[in-house]
Amino acid sequence: MSMNKPTQFDVLVLGGGIGGLQAALELAEQGFSVAVVERDASIGGKMIRLSKVFPTLDCASCITTPKMAAASHHPGITLFTLCELGKVERKEGLLSARLVQLPRHVDEDKCIGCRQCEYGCPVYVPDQEQAGLTARKAIYIPFSNAIPQLAVLDPDNCSLCGRCAKVCPTGAVDYAQPAREFTITGRALILATGFKLMTDYPERAYGPASRQPNLITSLEMERLLAPHGPYMRVLRPGDGKEPDSVAFIQCAGSRDINKGVSYCSRVCCMYAIKQAMLLSGSLPLADITIYYIDIRAFGKNYEQFFQNAKAMGIEFVKAKAMVVGQNAEGGVDLVYDDMESGEGAKRRSHDLVVMSLAMLPGCDSPPMAEVLAGPDGFIKSVSPKLAPGLTSQEGVFTCGAAAGPKDIVDTIVEAGHAAQEASIYLAFQGKGRAAA
Amino acid sequence: MAQTPFMEVNQAIAQGGGGDLNACVQCGLCSAVCPWREVEGEFLSRLMIRQGQLGLEGYESDEVLFGCTTCKKCVLNCPRGVDIIGVMRAMRSLSVEAGGVPETLKAVLGSAHANGNPWSEPREKRMEWARGLEVPAFGPDKEYLLFLCCTSCYDQRSQGIARSLVKLLNRAGVSYGVLGPEQNCCGESVRKIGDEALFQKLAGGNVKLFNAHDVRKIIVTSPHCLETFSAEYSELGGEYEVVHASQLLAGLYREGRLPLLGRTRGKVAYHDPCYLGRHGGVFEQPRQALAACGAQVLEMNRSREFSLCCGGGGGRLWMETPAEKRFSLLRVREAAEVGAEVLATACPYCVSLLEDSRKTAGLEDLKVMDICELLAQDLS
Repeated sequence: MSMNKPTQFDVLVLGGGIGGLQAALELAEQGFSVAVVERDASIGGKMIRLSKVFPTLDCASCITTPKMAAASHHPGITLFTLCELGKVERKEGLLSARLVQLPRHVDEDKCIGCRQCEYGCPVYVPDQEQAGLTARKAIYIPFSNAIPQLAVLDPDNCSLCGRCAKVCPTGAVDYAQPAREFTITGRALILATGFKLMTDYPERAYGPASRQPNLITSLEMERLLAPHGPYMRVLRPGDGKEPDSVAFIQCAGSRDINKGVSYCSRVCCMYAIKQAMLLSGSLPLADITIYYIDIRAFGKNYEQFFQNAKAMGIEFVKAKAMVVGQNAEGGVDLVYDDMESGEGAKRRSHDLVVMSLAMLPGCDSPPMAEVLAGPDGFIKSVSPKLAPGLTSQEGVFTCGAAAGPKDIVDTIVEAGHAAQEASIYLAFQGKGRAAA
Repeated sequence: MAQTPFMEVNQAIAQGGGGDLNACVQCGLCSAVCPWREVEGEFLSRLMIRQGQLGLEGYESDEVLFGCTTCKKCVLNCPRGVDIIGVMRAMRSLSVEAGGVPETLKAVLGSAHANGNPWSEPREKRMEWARGLEVPAFGPDKEYLLFLCCTSCYDQRSQGIARSLVKLLNRAGVSYGVLGPEQNCCGESVRKIGDEALFQKLAGGNVKLFNAHDVRKIIVTSPHCLETFSAEYSELGGEYEVVHASQLLAGLYREGRLPLLGRTRGKVAYHDPCYLGRHGGVFEQPRQALAACGAQVLEMNRSREFSLCCGGGGGRLWMETPAEKRFSLLRVREAAEVGAEVLATACPYCVSLLEDSRKTAGLEDLKVMDICELLAQDLS
């Protein structure tokens, strides 16, 4: 971390995804000083990694990047990337967060993001930003529109050949850079720690049949569909073939008390429909099937989006499909009970199958010990109907998927609400809200 | 075609132990994971539950109403946690109470009623398997009651399991004893067939007998006995600590009480019986016991909770399934494909059906053996 960053703020925001950034921007616009703490090397969260968003089909990068840039350039916002969170405690009326900044092995103050190091590096590593389907270098800018545009060196794969240090025009590469622990404080805290996918569901539900390359997660499909994705077109990972048939398995872990979680993840119906529509565009001849239990199109213009998808010829099959194996051509074999036709159970193969995996809390437990989580593990809202951003701790607020599965629209709205609650709290701190 | 719901049927199923019926959301995953899909079977659990929910006709044939092998794969996968086996059992009960029992099962239930075993064998011959062996009688000085599956008492092939286990127990110095011909079939399959009254009679008799002898701990050879003794006998006042032979043997070996040579050579594939694995949650001990005899234990593609049912549960053991539609046929072929010389298992039903299908498949180089048999062969 740069040595001259401030450490005392009005508000700490944990999580640099779209919810955290929106809350930070709204607070900074009101004149508060805000710290945004992000675990990754870039802010932007899940949204910057998406292709397009439902139901507007806006390009996710195109609408996320300006938010990221705005947060990064705002004088009231300080970004802390590559920071793992230690303990968050309340000390003398202030909330203090212990952070461990992982070494970038690149001096933040010197790096100008010119990528000479990346071009010079001879080591190729699977790029997890592209679902591991393409390669990156051992020193690299995380992705093209990452913010900050600073290189990061991956010590697990670096061969210490010295080439990056030699070509760097500013002498920013620092192989010996240590991890750095420090504390930042704020008067209020917003938890925007987002979600992760239940990636162990396939193994538990499908057993050995889950181990096949053309059975992918919904976020991997986002990369395949993204304009700057791994192949610039939709090819299946197993062999690079253009798929002729693509299927989606809905409720893969959601609403499943045996192999998954009991709750609905809310967004999967809509993103599967969106992905199916985008696939119809990029693979006009492909058959696209969505296996579902119920379609939940609850938001504004969502039902119309679903009806449009049906009109486009996307096949909707009411059944929870089981993955049973891989066929000789590398396709994924499914079995399902074709109840609508009444023809009984069927075995069917698809070239590529996408699992709409359940959403889990981004943090296994709330980042501050005193903040309560609900039985589902998401941060508990103490006033879930009228002030969903309030947590069990005074001065600690939450928004977005950290508080429960949620789409982008709802996250944005909730981030604004959390920011406003934080702002009111700061204005009347110590006097209680009734005083306002 | 419009059909009229008949909700009295729904209520009768719910009252008969199938109360989970109405929690089903008709996703069809049960039908998809059902082993009948492997052989294009007619039985569709989702459809049968739907018909039960609405009281519609259409599930009454032997291959549907009595199709379920109670392998529990669907139950472990059901997103709503529906006790599908309980629903099936309740639906069968409605039919059985009205006399609707498949022909082949009539003899089974009749024999269980008259002789206390499903094999139409006389009660007094129950202990014939032990002829020529030193088998102590159960008494107050004994720690365990050894309870043998009716199949292992009467079926010649299966008697080998009982005889092997006794040899192992004797060598390990286990304090055990057996009771005589007054024992009944455990009743597990009878209950799954849907004859609740007969189950009550069989189990009630056993509980009375066990309690009169002050039985506390039971060793069983069949995972079906394991299930019903440990999960169902408490309803009738029978509280016992039940252990399956494979579990006990693994423990004895660990304690150094089994004088095994470890000289078993060759590749052994282990088939997880449904009632030991998915029902009983016992996956590791049978494998540990197998490894103890020196065998190289192989895993088939479908193992542990993904194991393929042999087809013998839920009364199916006594029903006619065309040879090519038997799950056990797929299973022996799977064992041969992974290069196994022995297909080992730990259930008398599995042994019977796998042995049968091994012959059908003409797999002369493959042996089907119970863990007890493998271990007894390896005794010093």
